[in-house]
Amino acid sequence: MTVPGSAVGGLNLLHRLDARVKIVGLVGFAVVVVTTPPQAAWAFVLYALTLVFLAALARLSPLAVGKRLLVIVPFVVVVAIFLPFFHPEGRVLVEWGPLRVTDRGALIFWNTAAKAVLSTWGMIILGLTTSFPELVNGLSDLRMPRVFVLTLSFMHRYSRLFLEESQSMRRAMASRNYNPRWLGQVPALGKMLGALFLRSYSRGERVYVAMVSRGYEGTFALNGRRRLRATDLAFAVFILGAAAVIRIVVAAGGF
Amino acid sequence: MSRAVSSGPVATLHAVSADTDVPAVLVQGLTFAYPDGTEVLRGIDLVVQRGESVALVGPNGAGKSTFLLHLNGILQGSGRISIFGLAVETKNLREVRRRVGLVFQDPEDQLFLGTVGQDVAFGPANLGLNEEEVSLRVEEALEAVGMLGSEEKCSHHLSFGQKKRVAVATVLSMRPDLLALDEPTSNLDPKSRRRLVQILAALPVTKIVVTHDLPLAFELCERTVILDGGRIVADGPTEQILLDERLLAMHDLELPYRFAPPTSHSCRASSRPG
Repeated sequence: MTVPGSAVGGLNLLHRLDARVKIVGLVGFAVVVVTTPPQAAWAFVLYALTLVFLAALARLSPLAVGKRLLVIVPFVVVVAIFLPFFHPEGRVLVEWGPLRVTDRGALIFWNTAAKAVLSTWGMIILGLTTSFPELVNGLSDLRMPRVFVLTLSFMHRYSRLFLEESQSMRRAMASRNYNPRWLGQVPALGKMLGALFLRSYSRGERVYVAMVSRGYEGTFALNGRRRLRATDLAFAVFILGAAAVIRIVVAAGGF
Repeated sequence: MSRAVSSGPVATLHAVSADTDVPAVLVQGLTFAYPDGTEVLRGIDLVVQRGESVALVGPNGAGKSTFLLHLNGILQGSGRISIFGLAVETKNLREVRRRVGLVFQDPEDQLFLGTVGQDVAFGPANLGLNEEEVSLRVEEALEAVGMLGSEEKCSHHLSFGQKKRVAVATVLSMRPDLLALDEPTSNLDPKSRRRLVQILAALPVTKIVVTHDLPLAFELCERTVILDGGRIVADGPTEQILLDERLLAMHDLELPYRFAPPTSHSCRASSRPG
C-alpha cells in the first residue's frame, strides 16, 4: 500500500520542496488527467512522460513505484470483469456466447485504467517524497479542516502503537496455547478485539487529558506557515503548466 | 490569599515570585469520588511551599495519580485547592494549567503529534504566544532535557528514555512554576533513570513527584508524603519518613533490598540546582 510519509532518507530536489506545492501540483495534475477525453491517447503518453521525469528527478526506484501502483489492480480488474456483461453500443471486438466486448467498452476500460494509473502514480510520487508530518502540515496550511488534519496526525502517531498492542496480545494468547482451529475458539478473538478497542479508547482519554493539561481549548496551530521558495514555485509552474498545455492542445483538437 | 490574575497568558517568573508568602500548593479538605461512587480521595490537606520538592508515595490505588489530576483542574473534587494563590476553578484554568506542568507516566500519551518539535510547541502555542517566542521556548525546553536538535524527529523513533525526557520538555516549554510528575522513572534503565533524575534535580521549580521509586525521593525531594486509602498518613523530611521501617510496612511500602540511604548532605546537594 502507498503509505504517505514512507519517504526515506534521500534528500533531493523533490523531497525538499514545500509539501503544499507538491499537494497542489500533483492533485491538480490528477484532476487535469481525469478530465482528458480517453480518445487522445497521445496525451496520456505525455502525462506519463511528465511523471517519469518527476520520478527520475526524485530518484525513485521504478520497482518501488511499480509495487505501490499494484493497489489499483483490484479496481481496474473489477471494471474489466464487468465489461462483457454490459453492452455499450459500438463495434464488437470479441464475442463469446452472450458476452461481448465492444470498442466503446474497450475505450471505457482504457479510460479507467489509464486515469487510475496516472493519478495514483502522481500520489505515489507525493507519498514517497514527503514525510507524513510534512504532508499533514501542508494539508493544514492549505486550510484542510482541523478535524481531518488532527485525525490524520493521530492516526499516524498511534497506528504503530495500536499494532504493537495487538501483536503483544496475540503473543499473550499464543503463549497460553490459543491456536484457533475451530469455530468454538473464535469468541476469544472477538474479546481480544473488544479489549483492543477499550485500550485504544482509554488511551484516547489519556491523550486528551494530556492535551488539556497543556492548555488545549479546542483549536491549535500546528506550525507556522513557511514562505515558498523559487524552487517551490518552479515545481508548481512545471507540473501544472505541463498538464495544462497538454490538456489545452487536446481541447483545441491538436494532433 | 487572593492574587490578581495576570491579564496576559504569560505571567513572568518575576511577577510570581513577588508575593512569596503564598504557598505553591494549598489543598484543604479535598475529597473525590468517581461517578460509580468509588471514593478515591477522602479529605486531603497539603501545603507545599515555593521551591520545595515533595515526594508523594503510597501503594497502588492510594489515589496519587488522581490527586495530581486535581492540581490543574482536570478532575474537580470538593474542597479547596489553590496554586500560587490562584483558586483551581473554571475561570482560572487557563492560567493554572500554564503554571502546573503535569508530566504523565506514559510518554506515549504526552507525545501525540508528528514530531518532537510540534509536541514541545503545543503548550506554548496554546498560550497564544507568537511563532518566534514559541520556537524560543521549544529550544529552551529541549536544551534543558538534553534533546536539542531532535525537533524534526518523529516521537515513535525515540528510545523510551528519550521519550520521557521529551515529555518533560513538553511542559517545560510552558515555563511552569510547579512540576507535577507521575512516576517519572518507571520502566527506565539505570542510565536513562540517572540522566532524567539529574535533569529534574537541576530544574529550579517546585516539584511534586509521585513515585514507587523510593530512592528517587531521597535523590530529588527533601520532603515525603505518604498517601494511603485516599488520606495523607505521613508527612515529613524524607529521611525521617523513609527510614521508618514500621511506617513503611504499615502502608505496603519498602526500600529496595540492601538500599543504603545517601547521607543527608549529598541527598540535599543533588536536589539543588547549580
